[in-house]
Amino acid sequence: MKFSHAIIEKNVLLLAVLSLLTVSIGGLVQIVPLFTIESTIERVDGVRPYSPLELAGRNIYIREGCYLCHSQQIRTFKDEVERYGHYSLAAESMYDHPFQWGSKRTGPDLARVGGKYSNAWHVAHLNDPRALVPESIMPTYQFLNRPLKYEDYADHLKALRIAGVPYTDEMVAEAVKDVRLQAGALPDADTAGLLARYPKAHLGDFDGKPEEVTEMDALVAYLQMLGTLVDFTRINPEDLKQ
Amino acid sequence: MPTKIEKDATTGQDTTGHEWDGIKELNTPLPKWWLYTFYFCIVWGIAYTVLYPSWPTLSSHFGGTSGWTRRAELAETLTAQKAAQADTRAKIVATPIEEIRKDPALMGYVQAAGRVAFADNCAGCHGAGGAGAVGFPTLADDDWIWGGKPEDILQTITYGIRNANENSRISDMPRFGADGLLTKEQIGDVADYVLSLSGTAADPAVLARGATVFAENCAACHGEKGEGMHEMGAPRLSDGIWLYGGDRKTVIETITYARRGSMPAWIERLDPATVKVLATYVHALGGGQ
Repeated sequence: MKFSHAIIEKNVLLLAVLSLLTVSIGGLVQIVPLFTIESTIERVDGVRPYSPLELAGRNIYIREGCYLCHSQQIRTFKDEVERYGHYSLAAESMYDHPFQWGSKRTGPDLARVGGKYSNAWHVAHLNDPRALVPESIMPTYQFLNRPLKYEDYADHLKALRIAGVPYTDEMVAEAVKDVRLQAGALPDADTAGLLARYPKAHLGDFDGKPEEVTEMDALVAYLQMLGTLVDFTRINPEDLKQ
Repeated sequence: MPTKIEKDATTGQDTTGHEWDGIKELNTPLPKWWLYTFYFCIVWGIAYTVLYPSWPTLSSHFGGTSGWTRRAELAETLTAQKAAQADTRAKIVATPIEEIRKDPALMGYVQAAGRVAFADNCAGCHGAGGAGAVGFPTLADDDWIWGGKPEDILQTITYGIRNANENSRISDMPRFGADGLLTKEQIGDVADYVLSLSGTAADPAVLARGATVFAENCAACHGEKGEGMHEMGAPRLSDGIWLYGGDRKTVIETITYARRGSMPAWIERLDPATVKVLATYVHALGGGQ
């Protein structure tokens, strides 16, 4: 029998079934490999889940819409690598829910801003960007000098654990204390446990107000760790094959 | 429903055979240029997916027969660039800054590379051109906290100030007020005395009291006449240049709570050649000693 599209066009059910089939092929080819390919994320040492204080800072970063003007993704272009540092790896945002790659750079990329400026600089800059960079059009964030709500951070960690972030029971149990510890609100406490749970975490009072954990503390703690976890001096590009 | 293909009388073109309420449709062929472009795009698409990384497979992806990857291309570009500049950069690392300053070729490189590196890494705090900001010293003048000689500047940029690096420059001014080392009256007196070093007039009785407090508490680092000491990172207090502000209120705040500004150890982020370029560049901003 000679094929005639009239058969499909005249039979609504057949048309629907065949349309669905066609569309699903496109979808399946794109989506299925994402669940089966293991090599999308490079295997590199150093990437760890965010400490509770960094996570709080990250949540403020998302809340304030920082991603609308700042990307966190250094692409594999010479100019970007020269300006911002080693290109971003998928592994570096594997615990991001949601990731903050962004799609717009009104301000500079922040993927490796950690350690580039002092804490005092970040605080002064967030308080009044134009005091330090006269040509900046970034809004002021003085209101971040208010207390951080962190009593529920154990729940934040638990929620992320459901999404696949490997927070241990110990991390969840210590979450609230870790917030205070990292922000320098417990000056005489031992920080060895915190640093064992979250290696390379920046400790200290970020905003100059040791007795109080502010949103500023959290945001600066987050900014100061961005891009610092992977030691690129020890990585051979050949090993980064995806 | 195709029924009967006819020849249209006006155009001489076949109809498609479809008919809707007496309306028929011409079956005009696509323009040749369009059709061949379309075919070319299909061929291009297939060739592209064969040559370049393209199709996902169940456990990996097809890498393409050309072996091209974005990361490898970048590595190649960077290697080529490094190779092109390797001689100059090696020379810069090996040459003392005084010698670099006398070599027009090296100095040309320093000015070009330094401008870019300064804008990216230093200008955030020290301002475009090293103009400085409150809490971040001006680099274009001849007032230096940790020293303005080439080797001082190189040391400061390499290891930074009050950071976690073991070679970092460190000095801690005591918090004279917050830690109860001086009374409020003493701090007020010494603030007036410090301001007088830069020419602000004050009551001689206050100045006499302030001078005693200064000699006992401040002179060890800031010098007997407030001339400062580079080894301690103690700023000169007698030149009217203020890092945090030269009004009485700010000076009192500084004495009460101290200032502990910090700078990163740039050797942790930049290669030795870039650090040396920056030191030479900053020295040449105008204030280098």
